[in-house]
Amino acid sequence: MQASDARDGAGPDDGAAIRETMNIVIVGHVDHGKSTLVGRLLADTGTLPKGKLESVKATCDRTGKVFEYAFLLDALEAEQDQGITIDAARVFFRTDRRDYIIIDAPGHIEFLKNMVTGAARAEAAILLIDAAEGVQENSRRHGYLLAMLGIRQVVVVVNKMDLVGYSRDAFVDIAQEYRRFLAEIDVTPQHIIPVSARAGELITGASAQMPWYDGPAVLEAIDAFEKQPARHDLPLRVPVQDVYKWGHRGDDRRIVAGRVESGRVRVGDEVLFSPSGKRSRIASIEGFNLPAPPQEVVAGRSTGVTLTEQLYVERGEIMSHVDHPPSVGSGLRVKLFWLGRKPMTRGRSYKLKLATAETAVSIAAIHRVLDASELGSSTGKDRVERHDVADLELHARKPVALDLAHEIEGTSRFVIVDGFDIAGGGIVSEVFDGPALGQAARDASALRRARLGHPATLVLIAGDPEAPELRDLGRALERRLLDGGHHAYAALGLSHGAARALLDAGLVIITIDDADAPALHAAAEELRDAALARVVVDGEPGPEDISIQTGAGAPPVEQLLVALAERGRLRS
Amino acid sequence: MSQLDELEDQSVYIFREAYRHFKQLCMLWSIGKDSTVMLWLARKAFFGHVPFPLVHIDTSYKIPEMIAYRDRLAREWRLQMIVGQNREALADGMNHTRGRLTCCRALKTEALRQTLSGEGPRMRMMPDGEYAEETEPEPFTGVIVGARADEEGSRSKERYFSPRNHANDWDIADQPPELWNQYKTDFAPGTHVRIHPLLDWTEINIWEYIERERIPIIDLYFDRGSGRRYRSLGCEPCTGSIESCARTPGEIVVELRRTNTAERAGRAQDNEAAYAMEKLRREGYM
Repeated sequence: MQASDARDGAGPDDGAAIRETMNIVIVGHVDHGKSTLVGRLLADTGTLPKGKLESVKATCDRTGKVFEYAFLLDALEAEQDQGITIDAARVFFRTDRRDYIIIDAPGHIEFLKNMVTGAARAEAAILLIDAAEGVQENSRRHGYLLAMLGIRQVVVVVNKMDLVGYSRDAFVDIAQEYRRFLAEIDVTPQHIIPVSARAGELITGASAQMPWYDGPAVLEAIDAFEKQPARHDLPLRVPVQDVYKWGHRGDDRRIVAGRVESGRVRVGDEVLFSPSGKRSRIASIEGFNLPAPPQEVVAGRSTGVTLTEQLYVERGEIMSHVDHPPSVGSGLRVKLFWLGRKPMTRGRSYKLKLATAETAVSIAAIHRVLDASELGSSTGKDRVERHDVADLELHARKPVALDLAHEIEGTSRFVIVDGFDIAGGGIVSEVFDGPALGQAARDASALRRARLGHPATLVLIAGDPEAPELRDLGRALERRLLDGGHHAYAALGLSHGAARALLDAGLVIITIDDADAPALHAAAEELRDAALARVVVDGEPGPEDISIQTGAGAPPVEQLLVALAERGRLRS
Repeated sequence: MSQLDELEDQSVYIFREAYRHFKQLCMLWSIGKDSTVMLWLARKAFFGHVPFPLVHIDTSYKIPEMIAYRDRLAREWRLQMIVGQNREALADGMNHTRGRLTCCRALKTEALRQTLSGEGPRMRMMPDGEYAEETEPEPFTGVIVGARADEEGSRSKERYFSPRNHANDWDIADQPPELWNQYKTDFAPGTHVRIHPLLDWTEINIWEYIERERIPIIDLYFDRGSGRRYRSLGCEPCTGSIESCARTPGEIVVELRRTNTAERAGRAQDNEAAYAMEKLRREGYM
């Protein structure tokens, strides 16, 4: 840590007086009482600034409303009118243990993006369930999203116990049902606590109403959350945010600026930039108003370095040590949630933002779309709709440096921008088309296929390569395919090797040769996903052949296109 | 890592994102403690430089020391200083006796809107330290603002990057999602984005940081012998001082740890009507 440790004379209570802070999100179905719980926590612990409670009460009097604890948070007129939280309000709150920023996230499905926004900032979560209503759609959806957002510490609070007569049986039923659900998505709640936020039961201490419960009250459970371990010991990752050279007032430093996502870096270290692969050494670590030039900078810090070589590095690259580089690839297997009003569809281009990198992406394959509320998967779905969670393969237009979700979180998370808006977010679970995987070759041909949007096909027109009508047909087909976005290539006299290479490259090859040209048949058979489409014009077709008649009806090229489409050899 | 380090790192990250993504970027500097800390953080982010102009909305009713302090620091730190004012309203004699909210709307909200869009006059500090009117001002598309979430209810709803339409409206119910360190940096023509690097800071954090970094804050915040000081700065007629003997940032931190009074209690416009601040903010108030 370069700044505070090195600084002396910062005052006797600097450091000792600076307390630990933790971000906590409270999520749950609409009307299950989140704002009431937070309002109660604030009031019961004396955290409210003087005048706040009074001013909200006075506002209620003036506008003719009965005061509720929820109003402390729902300080906005619009919200009090509708009785629902619109956004994730941040509330500052303190216990003896530490300071908290409580993010009260809206439970209404319309505001899922606000809930996700709040939760993405949190280190721990309280999931609220209404004892009278039980586990609802959003109870499940929120549980699922918390897991995807990387929040591992979860406490479940079953609220409104007063409405079920503080019944132990009612509590146990809900607790069991929800625990089962969370287990399916690998979330283990630290506690499940029965409370009444309105009546103040089990918020800050034991409850006379629920003597059968022997676990902690909400406040104790919150204080039992642990800070995330520092990321100093993971491999070094510094996503390049910008490169500055001010060049005036005598400042000629060329500074590579960024935030250390993980690890640590020292002056003199050899570093690698990915995906460009450029290398250099750290000449200096720069800062402003620091007592001495830092020799080391660690995870979490926004910093800047100069290099011993004058390299052209760009925003979006990741600086690492040479021996622990990130993965690089343009094929990404991801888990993603979608918030956009317009569904995410195939054939459309989106912007991916991962760490500081940006690139165009499109859907290469849809593996699974989950209806998060039911956790039922629908494999047949070919689009990702608002509030869906999906398992996808994305193809990026240029390679991206990244890590996988279980390795380093900060460089595995991404958002998808549709138009001007962030419409989705997710984590990368696998990357291909890069040095990270041994099966790169296999994945590369799958990736090519995904990128081109059609399978590799050898269209063999049976006949004399010199026949003008066949050559016209071949050229017409090539042109039509190219116009339709296919990668088509018409060639004569192909050898086995050439045909095989062109098919491996994913092309639609059009050639004219003997109907039983064995070299070409072999080339098509040797490659997975490639196929031979044998075309017979005005002749006697075999059982597998495409038969084209030049007489009446559609022109030969149209007949050929229809036949290829029927066989699934064209872009879908 | 201390909490102040974490806050500093996050603010610096936001500054760099803003500078990277917005060609027409400016920062609002009210001369108060928050936006002066923000100015310091900009120098942290850009290694001693401030690579965008600072905008101050001068209502003409500011405490006079504020203007002197502004111009002194602007010269010392070689800041690109822009001052905006609603000249029409002032010529018409606008003042707080016509209603505090009416006055705020005209001299702050409307003045800010005109200054940002370039419709109103922009006075720019020249190399000689004097102000001259800018010719052909271009609209700003990114505006850095020192709002903190703990100030009052409506500010706690803000994003780090918060879009505003051409009329400066803030659509609270339909804000973009903000995930991890990814912000809204794409925007439609005619809109602009407010950027809030101080969103997570509390009033105490601000003073702790001023103390740690030795930031030369305006001395109206300190007791200069009268037993009173300002806790929040604004226009002279509408800003009250508080009873306090705090003479240093450290003493203010100690005092704040003991107090339970809201920070803006001395700001008269907040108490003017139900939801006053929210209304002002929806219309573009800082």
